[in-house]
Amino acid sequence: MAKTAPRRSEQLSDKVSEVTGKVQDSQAWNSIFRPGSIFRKGYTDSPRNRSYVIMNSVLYHLHPVKVKRHAVKVSYTLCLGGLSFFLFILLTVTGIFLMFFYRPTAAQAWDDIYSLQTAVAFGLLVRNMHRWGAHLMVLSVFLHMARVFYHGAYKPPREFNWVIGVMLLQFTLLLSFTGYLLPWDQLALWAVTVGTNMMGYTPVFGKQVRFVLLGGFEIGSNTLLRWYVLHVLMLPFVTVIFMAIHFWRVRKDGGISGPL
Amino acid sequence: MTEIPEHLRKRAEAAKAKAEGKKAGEAAPAAADAAAAPAAMAAAAPAGGGGGDKIPDYLFDRGRSAAQNAGLAVAAPAGAVATAPADTRPVASGPGGHTQRLLTVVKSGSIQDVRATPQDKVHTWPHLIVAEFVAALLITAFTFIFSVFVNAPLLELANLNRTPNPSKAPWYFLGLQELLTMFHPMVAGVTIPGMGLFVLGMAPYVDKNPSNKPEDRKFTIALMTVFLMFWAVLVCIGSFFRGPGFNFVFPWTRGLFFEL
Repeated sequence: MAKTAPRRSEQLSDKVSEVTGKVQDSQAWNSIFRPGSIFRKGYTDSPRNRSYVIMNSVLYHLHPVKVKRHAVKVSYTLCLGGLSFFLFILLTVTGIFLMFFYRPTAAQAWDDIYSLQTAVAFGLLVRNMHRWGAHLMVLSVFLHMARVFYHGAYKPPREFNWVIGVMLLQFTLLLSFTGYLLPWDQLALWAVTVGTNMMGYTPVFGKQVRFVLLGGFEIGSNTLLRWYVLHVLMLPFVTVIFMAIHFWRVRKDGGISGPL
Repeated sequence: MTEIPEHLRKRAEAAKAKAEGKKAGEAAPAAADAAAAPAAMAAAAPAGGGGGDKIPDYLFDRGRSAAQNAGLAVAAPAGAVATAPADTRPVASGPGGHTQRLLTVVKSGSIQDVRATPQDKVHTWPHLIVAEFVAALLITAFTFIFSVFVNAPLLELANLNRTPNPSKAPWYFLGLQELLTMFHPMVAGVTIPGMGLFVLGMAPYVDKNPSNKPEDRKFTIALMTVFLMFWAVLVCIGSFFRGPGFNFVFPWTRGLFFEL
């Protein structure tokens, strides 16, 4: 028995590598993984393949094939812009999960959140991640703005990208604020009351602004529906467009700024 | 006059010194004289072939025949070069019988306008992608673990008839709520944040200082730091030091009135 054991494992590993080779030679495999993919047969670390990894990936080709050496230093960017983007994706994923269990009406919203926390598998965890992720994103966008300012990265030719960034900061705050109302508990209701009362003091057409935001003279079911649509559809839609312009302009303006 | 690059100047000097040395050693007739006097042609050619090893003989032959063509018949066809006899005048008039010499150095920038200087770059894969991937993993792990241990607040069902004391806005608006205690709501809730965001967005058009070095931007950095600290302090006071009736309290005596 002891003699046959290594031979068997050898046979097994031979079999595995044979099957792997066949799969990697198949047309299906080669049609899925484009040249330069690390999953292709015989991937080697060459400058050509390093370029292909970026060029042949729909996600990575946001990046240029090469970047300035100083731009990869974590101590320069602190990853804050990238983290903001990543948190946005995390919030989208967890948010979609939450949408399956939530109805934006005054009669059902709070109960839905409550049963999500008590009766849905991982419901509480995902809601927590959505909540804390949102606060983290506000923080990381804010810190990203401070980082960019202290590096003087808003200077020509990046002036307009700074303006887009300031708008993205406002969209982030609005996204967070509209989401704040949705649990329909005392915290949500009164935080939003304080916020919308402030907006009601807008000069000249303050009352109209408040009416449009609340869908009435008081916070109620209409407000909840409005803020829900703003939170899950309209603001993310606008934010994604602005993010696309923001990232595109980073490249068009010659990559990230610096070194100092 | 354009400055001659260091390595070219050195090479020219070395060639000149070598020619001087050879002239003194062999006591051969000066190359310039040889070119002027047709009688000395026979002497000059061997001197070039023997001393200056770098120039092959066939080049000397070609030069000789070309000189002969020029001397005998200006309109002679190019085919005559092959059949030309050996008696030629020397063209070699440079130091040591060289057929070429440095006339001038044209630096690349003087004719072509070279705007892009080569930059120190690295491949995005793996250098940048790995850093981004690790950052994304870390933030996911942090959010996940934090969410396992800390639950998002869910207070009792919203009730318009029961105002909690104090009612606070989300933390990022608590600076504005803090301003409400000092100014008219129109000033605190609309004018100041509106102006703040506008000035922030206009920063690249207001700040005309082209440098991004911290030592050149002391005033700008100081101004921004004061601005950020102003908001941070207001948010902290609004979050932790405001109790019932939005009155000032110390959290270590009255407890915390703060929900995320």
